[in-house]
Amino acid sequence: MRNPLADKAVRLKPSGIRKFFDVVNEMPDAISLGVGEPDFDTPWHIRDEGIYSLEKGRTFYTSNAGLKELKVEISRYLKRKLDVSYDYNKEVLVTVGGSEAIDIALRAMVNPGDEVLIPQPSYVSYEPCAILADGVPVIIDLKAENEFRLTAQELRDAVTEKTKVLILPFPNNPTGAIMERKDLEAIAEVIAEKDIFVISDEIYSELTYKGEHVSIVNMPGMQERTVLINGFSKSHAMTGWRLGYACGPAAVIQQMVKIHQYAIMCAPTTSQYAAVEALRNGDEDVAEMREAYNQRRRYLMHAFQKMGLECFEPYGAFYVFPCIKEFGMTSEEFATRFLEEEKVAVVPGTAFGESGEGFLRISYAYSLENLKKAIEKLEHFISRLRQEGEKQQ
Amino acid sequence: MREQILAIIEKNSRIDLKELAVLLGVEELDIVNELAAMEAEGVICGYHTLIDWEKTSIDKVTALIEVRVTPQRGQGFDSIAERIYKYPEVRAVYLISGAYDLLVILDGKNLRDISRFVTDKLSTMDYVLSTATHFILKKYKDHGTILTKKYEDEREKITP
Repeated sequence: MRNPLADKAVRLKPSGIRKFFDVVNEMPDAISLGVGEPDFDTPWHIRDEGIYSLEKGRTFYTSNAGLKELKVEISRYLKRKLDVSYDYNKEVLVTVGGSEAIDIALRAMVNPGDEVLIPQPSYVSYEPCAILADGVPVIIDLKAENEFRLTAQELRDAVTEKTKVLILPFPNNPTGAIMERKDLEAIAEVIAEKDIFVISDEIYSELTYKGEHVSIVNMPGMQERTVLINGFSKSHAMTGWRLGYACGPAAVIQQMVKIHQYAIMCAPTTSQYAAVEALRNGDEDVAEMREAYNQRRRYLMHAFQKMGLECFEPYGAFYVFPCIKEFGMTSEEFATRFLEEEKVAVVPGTAFGESGEGFLRISYAYSLENLKKAIEKLEHFISRLRQEGEKQQ
Repeated sequence: MREQILAIIEKNSRIDLKELAVLLGVEELDIVNELAAMEAEGVICGYHTLIDWEKTSIDKVTALIEVRVTPQRGQGFDSIAERIYKYPEVRAVYLISGAYDLLVILDGKNLRDISRFVTDKLSTMDYVLSTATHFILKKYKDHGTILTKKYEDEREKITP
């Protein structure tokens, strides 16, 4: 029999996070701080709307690009949040989570051999999606001393003749870094000068803790070069509903709709009806969850400070990214020992790119009580490591 | 800051002040001052404990009593409400819009306790026109807290 497998698929690296997942799953009593999704349930009025749509028998396909009501609400939402205008009819596409939007945006924009700039540490799917789209991923290693923001210089250094697209993953998973207006202004200049395009993954845009979220599309001349990706997973605690969206220039969205139509048909109808309710009446839920995350974030930063664990203050998403270089271990060694000895699961920074070496992703999508238990164990663990270190000297 | 303090202590009045300061990103002293001010102003009226009596061996019955009364000249409902709320077994008295006037929440050891209060004390008061008593059979949620179910984290342990 011939080999049934495609080389392209086989060559894709297995997700670094998956490896760790298997270890954790063997330990049913482990406390996990490894989750990349909210601990809140979807607000009840949104769930209720989903249930209602099922009761009404709305179990059909929607139009490929999504329910009209939802596209209109998305367009209104972006107007109200970012003061940017998108034509719901031509510039908005409802997708199966932000993940699908990333995939089809790349497939719609990248020609074979085009370079795709991917700042890392970042979400695990950009690189494989770029490869699947026949692009060449070019990694930009973000630095702790810049609080893991992308600088204009780093961008300039990475751009070549072949560069087509920059992926802009802020607020960032796993670092919690954000890009403020001044940071975006600086890179917007380079983007325009080098004539490249942007896929801006703003799935955590509602979870920022220092002023309002600013998008690259707010910079002059950038909206027409950008596919903006967002969704309901993080803002409205709707991960399992699998619903996101992409907004961008009509020409790009048109091609994305085509791919989406052949690959997916349409995003889940129940989820789309629920999402209409989320955008119409969900602002207070979002604010409440944001406040809860922010309190936990402050708690963790305070706890790290107390135990002398180095960590820049992250202002976005629900992750902190402490540095563990002082212990002379790799991230994976640290995380593995921490799990074995204290039964707490955190994700090694390297799961999100090599530049995550020396760091851990700790999620605060957990109740304060849970975080307290885990932090107590972390404190215990690192004081033991420090004692071991002293003995060796 | 007030609103945030209240939101937290309404759910957890036992929270450590140091911790509260950390969560809100303010100085502990500011929290202490704000709490003292709110106590003095009567914004904070007490720090109670939410108890699910069902889970204890102590017998307790709670009733909601709708009361229709004749308001008194110059005092409206206030003086009649006062006569009712002075009974220690009365847990709450609210003036209500709609078909009746006062809602009285009453704790008793058993049914007889409650009915004695209603027949002997409440309905015999001047100005009380009528009462309707509803017994609480089961509490699903109280003070914003769900009593019947515990939160279980069913998420995958590690996700990207």
